[in-house]
Amino acid sequence: MRAGKSRSLGNFILYRTSISVVTIFAASVISFIIIQLPPGDFVSSYVAQLSQTGAIGSTESIEQLRRDYGLDQPMVVRYLRWAAGAIRGDFGMSLQWNREVSGLIGEYMGLTLMLAVLGLLLAWGLALPIGLYNAMYRGSMGDYAFSAFGMIGIAVPNFLLALFALFIGFRYFNADLGAIHSPRYVDAPWSVGRFFDALWHMLVPALILALAIMSRLVRVLRANLLDEMSRPYVVTARAKGMRELTLVLKYPLRLALNPFVSTIGLTLPTLISGSIIVSMVLNIPTLGPLLLQALQGQDMFLASAILLILSTLAVVGTLLSDLLLSWIDPRIRLES
Amino acid sequence: MVPQTDNGNEMPPATLPVLSPGALFRRRFLRHRLAVVSAIVVALFYLVVAFADFLAYSDPTASNSQRALVPPQPIHFFDDGRFAPHVHGLERTRNPETYGLEYVADEAQTIPVVFFARGYEYRLLGLIPADRHLLGTEGAPAETSLFLLGADEQGRDLFSRIALAIRTSLLIGLAAVAVSIAAGIFFGTISGFYGGMVDLFIQRAIEILRSIPTIPLWMGLAAAIPPTWGITLVYFTVTLIIALVGWTQLARELRGRIMSLRGEDFVVAAELSGAGPGRIMFVHLLPQTTSHIIATTTLAIPAMIASETALGFLGLGLRPPAISLGVLLSTAQSLQNVALYSWMLIPAIPTAIVIIAFNFLGDGLRDAADPGG
Repeated sequence: MRAGKSRSLGNFILYRTSISVVTIFAASVISFIIIQLPPGDFVSSYVAQLSQTGAIGSTESIEQLRRDYGLDQPMVVRYLRWAAGAIRGDFGMSLQWNREVSGLIGEYMGLTLMLAVLGLLLAWGLALPIGLYNAMYRGSMGDYAFSAFGMIGIAVPNFLLALFALFIGFRYFNADLGAIHSPRYVDAPWSVGRFFDALWHMLVPALILALAIMSRLVRVLRANLLDEMSRPYVVTARAKGMRELTLVLKYPLRLALNPFVSTIGLTLPTLISGSIIVSMVLNIPTLGPLLLQALQGQDMFLASAILLILSTLAVVGTLLSDLLLSWIDPRIRLES
Repeated sequence: MVPQTDNGNEMPPATLPVLSPGALFRRRFLRHRLAVVSAIVVALFYLVVAFADFLAYSDPTASNSQRALVPPQPIHFFDDGRFAPHVHGLERTRNPETYGLEYVADEAQTIPVVFFARGYEYRLLGLIPADRHLLGTEGAPAETSLFLLGADEQGRDLFSRIALAIRTSLLIGLAAVAVSIAAGIFFGTISGFYGGMVDLFIQRAIEILRSIPTIPLWMGLAAAIPPTWGITLVYFTVTLIIALVGWTQLARELRGRIMSLRGEDFVVAAELSGAGPGRIMFVHLLPQTTSHIIATTTLAIPAMIASETALGFLGLGLRPPAISLGVLLSTAQSLQNVALYSWMLIPAIPTAIVIIAFNFLGDGLRDAADPGG
């Protein structure tokens, strides 16, 4: 461990928060610029659509449309306007849907969060017992099987896993994995029943999402536990006749648990990326398919808003996990 | 243990056998059986890359509506007890009940399958004009008669298209890795060497890049590629987009290595001998990290291949008429294709295999490079 300047918790929080604010600002600039990159804008693709159907708008009305959306302003002005709105939660109008972006995103947000959170919980919930088992029965058939399975879980990108799962589900179980509501709940408003129904149908997509993260956690947990389990204090406890499971759960496991918290930071962007692509493959109505549509239709306000919100989610989540970790493990504050 | 000095400049007593760091690296790597097998698999894939046109037996761009969605075709190896590989001719019919198109094998018509047959013309390794292919048919053109893995909706042979798709996707992986190594080496080395403000700035920039979820970021960038651009330009841009995030990992690792090496005696010696910072960084320090760079690179390539495939699959990366694994898989996006024409999913198999093999190989190399960690 490098000796660093000692920092109080307050200073650390201030430092980490300010970095997060800068990151979100950078993400907002990037999301805005990316969306403005393609030649032409929504109005030109809208006009192209109109002229295809025969209804050709006059040049004045096209210009009027551009002025209404502020497309005739320079980029900086447009960014500032957009950012000022975004801070107040107003992301403008979706041109494709002809609706407020914030309302539209709110509608899709629930399932997006549900998939990501369920994925994270599954990854943790499964990694803990598997990592524990692998370390306690090191070299057993189970250890090898889980390790081999885990290596494949890390290696195969989750959109391929989703594709395979989709195929198997369709071919052998006659089930559409993307259908996350039972028929009777499809058009129903949100209720407790609908929530648990969706949760149930999300299990397989969330498992696909969780696999890679889980496998990484299992690896780290197993290695950390094995390190701890050869320490003298463990040998002493064993010699005194403590039951193996009680012993492992009580001492080495606690020390080996740090990666669960410390990797959330790196996990969250991966998790959000993963949930986006998995839900696109399986066609689950989350922000993923919405983003793809928005990008294809040059619906700039919607696309930039989704990009910004996804990045903000990742950044804020990382910040929270860092703060949590610095509270649990003060050594973190000394670094960086 | 063999006695060794830190910098390996002094010769130990001649009586003891001494292994160079390279030999130790090779020895540790060869002990890793899975990694060795993976190395062979990866090598085979790059053989496919080099000889894709030779392996393909049908012109991958020749569409033929009469052969749309032919299912994978069995090869018969024996004819009347004699070894004579052949396929049967195909008859296109409509199912009287479902009105779906069906292909029936015409048992009377046998088309011999032969090695080193003449087929469409291509340039071997991009240079030598050739028209021989590993497999081919006699009597009828392969384009209308041989479909080992079936045909797509335009009647193009899937086997041949997969061979060419592997070439495209693996080359993009290599190109993207080359770009990200260059960026990673540059920023990682100066960040670790100078420290201070330079380091702070570079590390914050990397942190910002890494905290934005990659898939949405790539999607946004890839969607910005104008539809009017030619294939080559799109190739190039997709490569850059994929490399954009990839370099950060290497830059981080290199920074750590360079920082720990920075205080070594040989650096001070070089400084005292009047070597400038550029020379110290790239002639003295960087070669010390070669095995690290190799391992990280090998682990980065599959990530790049996966990214290309994912983007192509979403219809945002390479687009037809380009042939890549992602482009081939994008037809599997509709549930109907997955269910009815399951052979359209076959490109996922080589994709998964090459990505897994690269990961195992990279793991083995990393363990060999860094036995402690």
